[in-house]
Amino acid sequence: MEIPYAVKPHPLTGVANGKLGIWLFLASEVMLFGALFSSYVLLRVGADVWPHGRDIGLSVPLATLNTMVLIASSVTMVMSWASLKMNQFGKFRLYLGTTILLSFVFLVVKAIEYSEKFEHHHFPSTSTFFAIYFTLTGLHGLHVIGGIIVNSYLLLPGSKLWKTDPDRFANRVEYAGLYWHFVDLVWIFLFPVLYLL
Amino acid sequence: METAEDIRKHVRIYIGVFVALAALTIITVGLSYLELPGFWHIGFALIVATIKGALVACYFMHLISEKTIIYSVLGLTVLFFIFLMFLPTATSHF
Repeated sequence: MEIPYAVKPHPLTGVANGKLGIWLFLASEVMLFGALFSSYVLLRVGADVWPHGRDIGLSVPLATLNTMVLIASSVTMVMSWASLKMNQFGKFRLYLGTTILLSFVFLVVKAIEYSEKFEHHHFPSTSTFFAIYFTLTGLHGLHVIGGIIVNSYLLLPGSKLWKTDPDRFANRVEYAGLYWHFVDLVWIFLFPVLYLL
Repeated sequence: METAEDIRKHVRIYIGVFVALAALTIITVGLSYLELPGFWHIGFALIVATIKGALVACYFMHLISEKTIIYSVLGLTVLFFIFLMFLPTATSHF
């Protein structure tokens, strides 16, 4: 049985079901991170003294590097979708592969940062700042891992769909891209909030 | 339905957005090293982050040309998000 409105827009919504689905999912993600950002504001407003991230050992250069890496991965992600739309499957693989590679670079840099913190005995239990720092960056890191899994599926076994139903495959890549750009968007706010302010 | 030529135009925009995002990241870091009053310090950083977020949402996520149903979903989400953000300051007097 064929799944209805996987490619064609649904007459009621004007968009394919998958697109509405991913946006509803992203709406729930906004509320998840929103609740944590709200907690951050509550903790910061309620604290007598709130440290600057860089004053207590957070590395601004490494976080800046990671910001650039995620921004670059967002560009390669959207370029992978654009390549499919231009019927260039080879370029799609190149761009999506680069996106996955950059995602791993982000995680490696994050792991270096975490190990530095642990070496200096900075744990979530150390202070309120480090509790919210590890919670926010840890949850974001899990989302990066989720993106790697989905993108790897689309690059390897999932790409067989390109031969039988290219429009549907391009839509899948677009939805994975929307998720990935959201992960980038969250980091765009995490970076100044945790490291610079 | 977008043609291959339309997509090529998009690609040029994506490259432009990438350059803008990289430049704004450097500006954010630079501003953080300036000796500014606390309010301006936070204000500038959040304004730059909001511009960067808007660029990603509008161009990479194609929100600049989306359907009404998607805007409706996001409008409701933004409303609840704003409520969440103001909840801590509104209740901090209790």
